[in-house]
Amino acid sequence: MKRILGILVLLIVVYLATWIMSDLLTGRQSFMSNFNQENLIRRTALFGIISVGVAFVIITGGIDLSIGSVVCLVGVGFPWLLLDKGCPLWLALALVPAVSGLIGLTHGLLITRLRLQPFVVTLCGLLIYRGITRGFTRDQTAGFRNDFTNFRRLATDEIPVPFLGGFGIPMPCVILAVVAVIAGIFLNRTIWGRYLLALGNNEEAARFSGINTGKMIVLAYVICSLLAGLGGLWFVLDVNSAQPVDFGNFYELFAIAAAVLGGCSLRGGQGTILGVIIGAALMQVLRNMITLVDEIPQNIEFAIIGTVILAGVIGDEVTRRIVARRRRGVEGVGTGLPPAA
Amino acid sequence: MTPAAGAPLLEAEGITKSFPGVRALHRVHLTLQRGEVLALIGENGAGKSTLMKILAGVQEADAGEIRVDGRPVSFNTVESAMRCGIALIHQELNLASNLDAGSNIFLGREPNRWGWIDEKMLRRQARGYLEAVGLDIAPDVPLESMTLGRQQLVEIAKALSVNARILIMDEPTSSLSQSEAERLFAVIRELRGRGVSVIYISHRLGEVKELAGRVSVLRDGENAGELGRDEIHHDRMVRLMVGRDVERFYQRRPHRPGRVVLEVKGLRTRAYPASAIGFALRAGEIIGMAGLVGAGRSELLQTLFGVQAALEGEIRVDDQLVMVASPRDAVAAGLALVPEDRKGQGLILPMSVSDNLSLVSLRAHRRAGGFRDRKAERVVARDMIAAMRIKTPSDRQEARLLSGGNQQKVVLGKWLAVDPRVLLLDEPTRGIDIGAKQEIYGLMEDLAERGVAVLFVSSEMEEILGMSDRVLVLHEGRLSGELTREGLSEEAIMHLATGGAPAAETSP
Repeated sequence: MKRILGILVLLIVVYLATWIMSDLLTGRQSFMSNFNQENLIRRTALFGIISVGVAFVIITGGIDLSIGSVVCLVGVGFPWLLLDKGCPLWLALALVPAVSGLIGLTHGLLITRLRLQPFVVTLCGLLIYRGITRGFTRDQTAGFRNDFTNFRRLATDEIPVPFLGGFGIPMPCVILAVVAVIAGIFLNRTIWGRYLLALGNNEEAARFSGINTGKMIVLAYVICSLLAGLGGLWFVLDVNSAQPVDFGNFYELFAIAAAVLGGCSLRGGQGTILGVIIGAALMQVLRNMITLVDEIPQNIEFAIIGTVILAGVIGDEVTRRIVARRRRGVEGVGTGLPPAA
Repeated sequence: MTPAAGAPLLEAEGITKSFPGVRALHRVHLTLQRGEVLALIGENGAGKSTLMKILAGVQEADAGEIRVDGRPVSFNTVESAMRCGIALIHQELNLASNLDAGSNIFLGREPNRWGWIDEKMLRRQARGYLEAVGLDIAPDVPLESMTLGRQQLVEIAKALSVNARILIMDEPTSSLSQSEAERLFAVIRELRGRGVSVIYISHRLGEVKELAGRVSVLRDGENAGELGRDEIHHDRMVRLMVGRDVERFYQRRPHRPGRVVLEVKGLRTRAYPASAIGFALRAGEIIGMAGLVGAGRSELLQTLFGVQAALEGEIRVDDQLVMVASPRDAVAAGLALVPEDRKGQGLILPMSVSDNLSLVSLRAHRRAGGFRDRKAERVVARDMIAAMRIKTPSDRQEARLLSGGNQQKVVLGKWLAVDPRVLLLDEPTRGIDIGAKQEIYGLMEDLAERGVAVLFVSSEMEEILGMSDRVLVLHEGRLSGELTREGLSEEAIMHLATGGAPAAETSP
């Protein structure tokens, strides 16, 4: 809980700052409009789904750079199959988890069996899946055009909330809620979640405790790619069409940033689902701020996001040191040794 | 399930194991009775760790038989050894520091239903095992908030929870304080009383004397002999380990201390901001620094060397006031530190012996434009390998492949290449075998003879007693006393180390 507190405060500060700068100081109602708030939640939910996925991999001490390309492969491939290839809906739907799961399985096996480094394996994935997508579509935009509007309501609809003047909860938020609850229970209440946390901290200890660490690492990559695929599907359902060249570009970095902001350590063994979702929300509020506040030029978006992530991580590190120092003060004499690695 | 009558609990016979180019074990036998503490000793590289790994299922033997309760068993995984009641407690703790004590005890065997962890049950059961090892803590105390000694007890609790009847402990006290080690011994005795057997590997012969009912000695991968309870004496153990008599282990030569090289005044470290420390070191003098673990000895060395910033105080080298804000400043002032954590702080393990040896002197040998003078570096490295008798197939061998003693010589060697004025050593012989220890002592003597001021921290009483011209004793960050050769005794050191007042008035 303590780990989430910092990022939660940062989210609230950025949220209020955006509200003040965009609405209160100008007398407009753009940030607080129902449309904008719904959109903010929708984007947070979509990015939250892929961020939760990468959190599992980061908790094992790994990394997945291929998320954006998996989003592209699924997001472009799904409408392409349906409309350009005339594939039945059930088959296209079945292919989403099948293909993304297979991708995660491949990553996991290459990492655990061949002992390749996660960074390298998934970097190659990033290149390969986007290349493949651009290949089979010949760079042509894929989209639902005016078909499948009923199906698309799974992403575009809102569930109206009474007494809030037409404000509704966007469907992706429901999906994220389901994903987050399952992920949270999995991580904190099941033996497999505990195995992931243990092996992320000390893989040897986990192995010597009789845990099949290889299998668990593969599982983490499968979860990550599955959620990237799920995210890709909902991204394209939401926006209707997708261009193979840039759909999902940089999404892996947004997801990793959200996970790190949310308290995951890239050294492994740490992370909470709620923190990751708050991290994803912070990223989206920031982007929203850059769009809405006139004084901030659009083109420095990345610089601002980068700075805020850096500030968040620095803040986290500083608090941790203060806590550690205070604890040492309470305990008095330490062991005189560095903590066991 | 009744054991075959009269059969020992564990029997290993004809165990042989080879690695590429090395014969680690050759027809080794070992027996262990119920409720027995068997000490396994031997120099580094004698095959102790390999034998333990085979018994615990981490590695498989090439040949030989293992019997538990008289029945032949074969292990190829840790789990299969665990099922026979054998648990290995590693030198490096095998726990997940991000989890709590209870979760660690049951890691991999959590009470669960359909994968859903039953936390209540887990805590209740964990409490019992924690009590069995004398830990009065709640099972949900996070591991990272516990001292190493307590973590080790958690590891033992974990072994007990799998009904281990045989605990294999590999150097369990190497990172424990005195009181923690004593607590561990008490737990071991208590377990022995309950019929648990322990195989205890240690370099600390004092511990072996205190704990073991029997000692088995390995040398060069073969059985070198066994000692019964009444035969366990320091000299006999050393003789079996080394294979010869160690005539005079500490060969002290007379030193003629020269002028003061290092002078420290009012130094306050971050670890103990309340105590100001002052002392002086003369050229050609070997000074031991004693104290319990946690007394601030390592912190003091690290502060002198600029690893940690000093809060206050003066450091003078050859009467020159020096500002030591970083190790680089310290090196420039003529200080050298051989750190306690050899592998982590002393060496760059994947780099070659030659590259490690020349790391400090790189700057001295650089050519115009910052280019390395590789020829000069190799000459230095080769000279050093010859002078220090570092056992390595070539100067290009990776440092991680050397034995502990030879690694330590490399760490020493990289400093000797720049002729330091003051040599600081932190536990210089920890975890290295007796032969190499003696060589390190010889090197310390050589340096003192050449006029270097040597200050070493050690937790081994014999080393402090055997090597020091003077002994500084720290207690909770405070310099609690200084002993000269004449007043030097184990009792005097312990008196000061545990906070007793210096007996200055009574000594001449």
